[in-house]
Amino acid sequence: MSVAVAELATRSRVHYLNESYGVKSWLLTTDHKRIAILYMVSITFMFLVGACAAALMRIQLLEPAGAIVQPETYNKLFSIHGIIMVWFFLIPSIPAVLGNFLIPMMIGARDVAFPKLNLLSWYIYIIGACFILYTLIYGGVDTGWTFYTPYSSTYSNSHVFGAAAGVFIVGFSSILTGLNFIVTVHKMRAPGMTWFRLPLFIWSLYATSIVLVLATPVLAITLSLMAMERFLHIGIFNPAIGGDPLLFQHLFWFYSHPAVYIMVLPAMGVISELVAAYSRRRVYGYAFVAFSSFAIALIAFLVWGHHMFVSGQSVYAGMVFSALSFLVAIPSGIKVFNWTATLYKGSNSYDAPMLYALGFLGLFTMGGLTGLFLASLSIDVHLHDTYFVIAHFHYIMVGGSVMAYMGGLHYWWPKMTGRLYPDKWARFAAFTIFIGFNLTFFPQYILGYLGMLRRYAVYPAQFQALNVLSSAGASILGVGYFIPLVYLIWSMRYGREAGPNPWRAKGLEWETASPPPRENFEETPIVTEEAYAYPTRPRAVRV
Amino acid sequence: MASAKIVPVRTYILTFIALLVLLGVTTGVAYIHLGIGNTVIALVIAFVKMLLVLLFFMHLFYDKGIKRLAFAVGLLWLAILIVLSSADVFTRHWTPVPRGWGPDISLQQGPK
Ligand SMILES: [Cu+2]
Repeated sequence: MSVAVAELATRSRVHYLNESYGVKSWLLTTDHKRIAILYMVSITFMFLVGACAAALMRIQLLEPAGAIVQPETYNKLFSIHGIIMVWFFLIPSIPAVLGNFLIPMMIGARDVAFPKLNLLSWYIYIIGACFILYTLIYGGVDTGWTFYTPYSSTYSNSHVFGAAAGVFIVGFSSILTGLNFIVTVHKMRAPGMTWFRLPLFIWSLYATSIVLVLATPVLAITLSLMAMERFLHIGIFNPAIGGDPLLFQHLFWFYSHPAVYIMVLPAMGVISELVAAYSRRRVYGYAFVAFSSFAIALIAFLVWGHHMFVSGQSVYAGMVFSALSFLVAIPSGIKVFNWTATLYKGSNSYDAPMLYALGFLGLFTMGGLTGLFLASLSIDVHLHDTYFVIAHFHYIMVGGSVMAYMGGLHYWWPKMTGRLYPDKWARFAAFTIFIGFNLTFFPQYILGYLGMLRRYAVYPAQFQALNVLSSAGASILGVGYFIPLVYLIWSMRYGREAGPNPWRAKGLEWETASPPPRENFEETPIVTEEAYAYPTRPRAVRV
Repeated sequence: MASAKIVPVRTYILTFIALLVLLGVTTGVAYIHLGIGNTVIALVIAFVKMLLVLLFFMHLFYDKGIKRLAFAVGLLWLAILIVLSSADVFTRHWTPVPRGWGPDISLQQGPK
């Protein structure tokens, strides 16, 4: 009976999901929470498209001679997979979904600083996505996600324009989101919310926003220059007409290496929240974790040449970029060790979000350490453009960012929907994803070490066993992603009522109702304590 | 914003006229043959035009503190892009061209 009463109470309470209905109330909303939901639906759709391309690639590589498609089609598959997963899923994933939903709530604000700009970002994202889908339907693009010249500017006969335009456009969505977050964190904090009381999620998204605003314009410039050379034959990258053949790679990686941190810094912020909530402790070395985000954001801009060791870049530049690349390990290491120290002797519980966080810790560390291999000049000559690189960045992007996104999605799902998901299924899915992921990508480290090159539709027969293993893992990974899709949608209708704070976690977002009212808080909260002020356990209870 | 100063329209018009004059100077100088001087003058004029736009159209002349900082950070980042790219472009000839052990073959035709 009491369940029914609680049910009725939620139904009758006005919150952001039921305050108005209809398509128009969503498409014209300026509520940061609804915009977050719009983003979530859009990026999930794009993820499915990108995942289909990946599935076809893994089927193709079941056989050395290629199982299903022509090499040209294979080129288009990996290109669209990369473009969609990087720009239309990973970059907006945590910032635009979890960040949009949580930043105002975590700092005690009613909305972001520029709510209309926030909606505009989503529309720009959709326009960019339409260009990509148009490209896909009308024959695809085959340059790879990197659009390297001279192939993209001179030789490719595929739809380079549509794809580049889509990426160019979606960049402005990133810039506006970053700008919005920076101003929101500066101007909209609740009384008493000082900088050092901010949750670490805010610190890392603030650092991410700075990278978004500083790096993304360079991507737009680079793609414009490529288009100018392709369509107007202005010599920028082609030495025959006065260009520099490496300039494209310099400009592209000046954006795209920091873009790695656009994808990983928000994930680190999520992990800080999860680790604190499920060990019931303040994150060890709060200030170090906060400032290491800025160290990463700065160093991210100094290392791009490690993608160009075999490109013909000068040996001196290679040495400089190699040495600088090793520096990234320091702030990343600070974070990993501080999370581990937080877990050590914490009151840990192993709910689904925590499982994702632990998965992140292991997989991100593996991805990071193999990054050091690749940052070493001589080893990179052997490993460059092999599956070792593919495995390395999938450990960072999927093992790191996607694990954190899934963990964060589960952790804040009760806040977003007011419902709990079935915990057993969630843990099962987390394990499935972890196993499927490792089975997919660990064999690729070995393949790369043995010399199998990336971006080929066929391969020598001795690599077949490992490729079949990888494809099998991918199918398990696919199932692992499909299960949450089902039970999360199921929970929106049939899940148990969550209540304001189902995890008994600290943080302003847990002090308001779930789902929150349109204004987030009944009255503006006044902050009087630090983040993660969990009660400390008495020290001498050990008997 | 509370600190925003209302800039008289006169300032905008004068800035605009100054930009047009500088544009005319750029065009005119392009017709006089000065060798390397042409590039130098064009770049100096472009720099002055940039300053005019930043200071008056974009209000940096009136804004203090964090807005100037934000602009300075943008410049610093541009400097990073240029300096580290130059670390490649201007050192490509540092690496000696391999001569091999055998008789001279095509390897010697590398960069000067
Ligand atoms: Cu990189």
